[in-house]
Amino acid sequence: MEVQIVAETVELEVRRLDFSYAGNIHALKKINLSVYKNSVTALIGPSGCGKTTMLRCFNRMHDLYPGNKYEGEIMFQGKNILADGTDHINLRSRIGMVFQKPTPFPMSIFDNIAYGLKLKGITKRSNLSEKVERALHHSALWDEVKDKLHASAYELSGGQQQRLVIARALAVNPEVLLFDEPTSALDPISTAKIEELTETLKKEVTIVIVTHNMQQAARISDWTGFLMLGELIEYDRTDKIFTAPSEKLTEDYVTGRFG
Amino acid sequence: MTREQLRKAEGFAALLLSTLAAFLGLFWLVFILGDVLVHGIKALNLSLFVNDPVPPGVEGGGLRNAFVGQLLITVGATLMGVPVGVLGGTFLAEYARGRKIARFISILADIMVSVPSIVIGTFIYASLVKPIGHFNGWAGAIALSIIMIPVVLRTTEDMLSLVPWTLREAAFALGAPYYQVITKVVYRGAATGILTGILLSIARVAGETAPLLFTSFNNSFFSVNMGQPIASLTVTIFQYAMGPYENWHEQAWAAAFVITIFILLLTITGRIIIKWRYK
Repeated sequence: MEVQIVAETVELEVRRLDFSYAGNIHALKKINLSVYKNSVTALIGPSGCGKTTMLRCFNRMHDLYPGNKYEGEIMFQGKNILADGTDHINLRSRIGMVFQKPTPFPMSIFDNIAYGLKLKGITKRSNLSEKVERALHHSALWDEVKDKLHASAYELSGGQQQRLVIARALAVNPEVLLFDEPTSALDPISTAKIEELTETLKKEVTIVIVTHNMQQAARISDWTGFLMLGELIEYDRTDKIFTAPSEKLTEDYVTGRFG
Repeated sequence: MTREQLRKAEGFAALLLSTLAAFLGLFWLVFILGDVLVHGIKALNLSLFVNDPVPPGVEGGGLRNAFVGQLLITVGATLMGVPVGVLGGTFLAEYARGRKIARFISILADIMVSVPSIVIGTFIYASLVKPIGHFNGWAGAIALSIIMIPVVLRTTEDMLSLVPWTLREAAFALGAPYYQVITKVVYRGAATGILTGILLSIARVAGETAPLLFTSFNNSFFSVNMGQPIASLTVTIFQYAMGPYENWHEQAWAAAFVITIFILLLTITGRIIIKWRYK
C-alpha cells in the first residue's frame, strides 16, 4: 500500500509501529501512516481493530498503565515521540485529546478552561479571561455560556460539555488534536455542530479522529485509514477510500458488508 | 392446619419477631438519648460554660475548663490526623493503586479501626506520658489522631477510587503532571465525600474517654497548656458521674447532653453533605 506523495507537510509520521498491551496482547502490527498538517485524518474499522489504541499512542496515553510496549517510531516534527526520555507532559500539551464521553472537570465552565492555561503558567486574571473567551469562541460555545461562565460545567448538556472539553483542549494551543469517537455519546444536532467545528479547526490544528460512523468519516475527513485486527489495511484520501478503495476488505467494510 | 395456613402463620411470626427486634433496639437508643436530653437540659445553664469548677460542697461553678480542653484536644487531633489520613488515602488510591502494598495498608487500617481505643490509650501512655513523667494534652490529641487516621485514610481511599478514571485521563491529556491531576481535579471530585469522612471521624473521637484517661487525664483548673494535664468533657463526665456529689451528677448530665448534641450535629452535617452531593 503506497500513499501518494502530495505537496503537504507531514505532521505525524508513523513508522513500523507495533504496540502490545500488558500480557503481550499484540494490538497494532507494523503500522505505517502519515498524518498531514491542517487536515482531518479519520481512523475507521470494526470494534477492537486498534483504532483507539493507535490514537492513544500519539499522546503516549498508554504510558499511564504499566506493561504496555511500543516498537517502531512516531515522528512528530522531526522527533521520535516513542523514544525514551520523551517528556510526556510536554507532549500532551502539544497533542491534545478529546474523549468519547464528555469529561468536564468538577468545577465551573471558566475554571475548566483555565485549568490547562494555569498548567502552562498563565495565572494573570485578565490574561486568563481573554484566553478562555477565545477558546470558547473557537469551539462555538461562547454564545451559549457567556452569561454563566461561573456555573458548574455539569449544568451543560452533553453536546455543550463536549464542546467545552474541545475548548479546554484548544486553549493550550495544541498542534494536534486527537478525537476518540467524540460524537458517539451525542445527539444528531450536537454531532453536526462538532462536525462543523472540525472543518474550521483544521485551519489551525491537525486533527486525527477515531470514529465508528463511516458517514462521519466520509463527511469530515481528508484522509482515512482503515484498520482491521491491528493492521492498517488501507490508507488514502477519503474520497478514494469511499469510492474506489484498492483493497477488497476496505470495499467490503465501507459498503457495510461486515463490521 | 393446611399448608396455606401454615405458610401464613410462619410469615406472621417472621414479621412479628423482626419488628419486635427492631423496636427493642430502637427503644434503648431512644431511652438513652431521651434520658440524656431530659436530665441534660434541666442541668443546662450559662454558668456551665463561663465558670470553672468550684470545690465540692460549694454551689454553682461550671465546666469551662472541660469545654476548652475538649476543643483543644479535638482540634489538635484533627490537625494531626486529617492531613496524615488524607495523604495516606491518596497514596493508596492513586500512587499505589492496584499494588500489594495498597491492599496491605488498607487491611491494616481496617484492623486499626476496630482496635479498642483503650489499647491506643495505653500505648500512648507508655510512649508519651511515662517518659515525660506526667499526663499532657498533646498525648491526648495524638491518641485521638491515631484513632482518626485509619478512618480518614479509608474514606479518602474509597472516595478517590469513586472518581471516574476518565476524568484523570482527561487531565493527563492536557499535559498535567500527576500531583496536579490529584490536587486540582480528583480532590475536587471527591471533596464532599472526604469532608464527610473527616466530620464523621471527628464525631468518632470527640466521644472517646478511655484514651484520654491514660493521656491528657483531667485538670480541675482552667488551662490551655497542652504540655500539662488538661480537662476534657468525656473524662469529666466519667469522674463526675462516679463522684458522690449531686451537683457533679447534674453537671455530668449537662456535659453529656452537650457532647451528644455536638456529635449529633457533626453526623447530621455529614449526612446532609452526602445527600446534597448525590442529589
